[in-house]
Amino acid sequence: MLSVDCLLQPIDLDSMRAKLADGGCSSSSCGSSAKPGDMDEATWEKIKDHPCYSEEAHHYFARMHVAVAPACNIQCNYCNRKYDCANESRPGVVSEKLTPDEATRKVITVANEVPQLSVLGIAGPGDACYDWAKSKTTFENIASDIPDIKLCISTNGLMLPDRVDELAAMNVDHVTITINMVDPEIGTKIYPWIFYKGKRYTELEASQILHERQMLGLEMLTARGILTKINSVMIPGVNDEHLVEVNKWVKERGAFLHNVMPLISDPAHGTHFGLTGQRGPTAMELKALQDKLDGGAKLMRHCRQCRADAVGLLGEDRGQEFTKDLLPETVTYDSSKREAYREVVARERGDHVAAKQEAIGEVRAADSAGTLLVAVATKGGGRVNVHFGHATEFQVYEAGPKGIVFVGHRKVEQYCEGGFGEDATLDSVIGALDGVELVLCAKIGDCPKDQLAAAGIAVIDAHAHDYIESAISAEYQARYGASEIALTA
Amino acid sequence: MAYKIIASQCTVCGACEFECPNAAIKMKGDMYIIDPAKCTECEGAFDKPQCAEVCPVPKTCVPAK
Repeated sequence: MLSVDCLLQPIDLDSMRAKLADGGCSSSSCGSSAKPGDMDEATWEKIKDHPCYSEEAHHYFARMHVAVAPACNIQCNYCNRKYDCANESRPGVVSEKLTPDEATRKVITVANEVPQLSVLGIAGPGDACYDWAKSKTTFENIASDIPDIKLCISTNGLMLPDRVDELAAMNVDHVTITINMVDPEIGTKIYPWIFYKGKRYTELEASQILHERQMLGLEMLTARGILTKINSVMIPGVNDEHLVEVNKWVKERGAFLHNVMPLISDPAHGTHFGLTGQRGPTAMELKALQDKLDGGAKLMRHCRQCRADAVGLLGEDRGQEFTKDLLPETVTYDSSKREAYREVVARERGDHVAAKQEAIGEVRAADSAGTLLVAVATKGGGRVNVHFGHATEFQVYEAGPKGIVFVGHRKVEQYCEGGFGEDATLDSVIGALDGVELVLCAKIGDCPKDQLAAAGIAVIDAHAHDYIESAISAEYQARYGASEIALTA
Repeated sequence: MAYKIIASQCTVCGACEFECPNAAIKMKGDMYIIDPAKCTECEGAFDKPQCAEVCPVPKTCVPAK
């Protein structure tokens, strides 16, 4: 059977072709579509290769952001425009700004090296719809060189209504709007000012204008069939309860996805919230809110709050390999790697979906009310394939009466550096895994395993390289399964 | 009657460059500067100088005195 694992590292084209020629797939479901049953074909076509819009796609496809639009027209209390650090991973942070020409060379260079690349986004710092001339030139250049790449834009929404027709004309079919409130009173605690039509507005008036423009922009995009993702920053005590209302409003206006992200706040970042001690939510608080929103606008739970110049699969960032000084003067797009990768993925994906559905069926069939929160160490391909000590994040799934649901991820400090694990780091990993009962990974040493067990977290490495859902199902059945399943297992 | 940019505080976002109604702001080296010969402090065009209105850093676009 083919494995995408090998492709997650840079690989030469010949070995990819060899993999493809490696004969047929053992599964009878080979080639079947991964499309969820309740989604229409046209929507699936738009999202199936987009790691941010499809949880399933994020195991296989990569995005890159180019920071070409640094100017912004609003001030948010969670943003400090002077901040820049290569070791920080969060939205709005970038190490070098690019001109549209530099961005074009960067995208082509990455497309030649990273076969998983499927999406190009402009996501700050700054606002892509406000600093529009630079965004537009970049998109036009890329669309002519790499026609099949998906173009994606992120905006605060203030200038969005003025750009919708041009976005539609350029075939931008994914737009993210950051909407933190639908009540301007709450907006005053988040936005100190906006700049609109030659004037700086403050207080209630600022939030009132922003709110109206955001809703108008969203409605216009929906009317044109452009998929929208709404990002909301969850700020405890400011808008956390209110996000239920936001979810309702954006669902009514046709939003495709709602992504609730935890506030990142640290005095060292120099943001207003950081300096005034406004805290971000805990992982369990975020999950509680997301669970409350379940049933409203569909939630995105696999967001990694990546940097504005991120390159690679979600959860990894290869941006440092493609800095400005490393870009060639001239570069020509070579489509062969990306095409070969797509072929391999198409096969592997059908197989994964069949295995996933079978696993979910098994968990439901166990007919138990028990739930199990599982953290998985994975580097993509939908498999349990990372050593415990090498994981920088865990993907968290919940198994229970609803089947197996992806609920989010937890970032951790890498426990094992150079082969030596540190006790202090392990404590922080245990803290980050709050609420998790079981960890699945490719391998773990006895010592950390015992310490996690002492903290009430079981770690199992028997499912190395299996599909995530299959591994979870086996463990769920072992705990909650009916007796006859246990007997035949 | 002209504004200037305090270089040490500027984030080089460029918002002032395209908001300036007089095309008085240009990139020079790796920093934006205001040409005092072209700057009118937006008098007659806007209530307040556009560079200072849009600038994300307080007290960075200021009167050149």
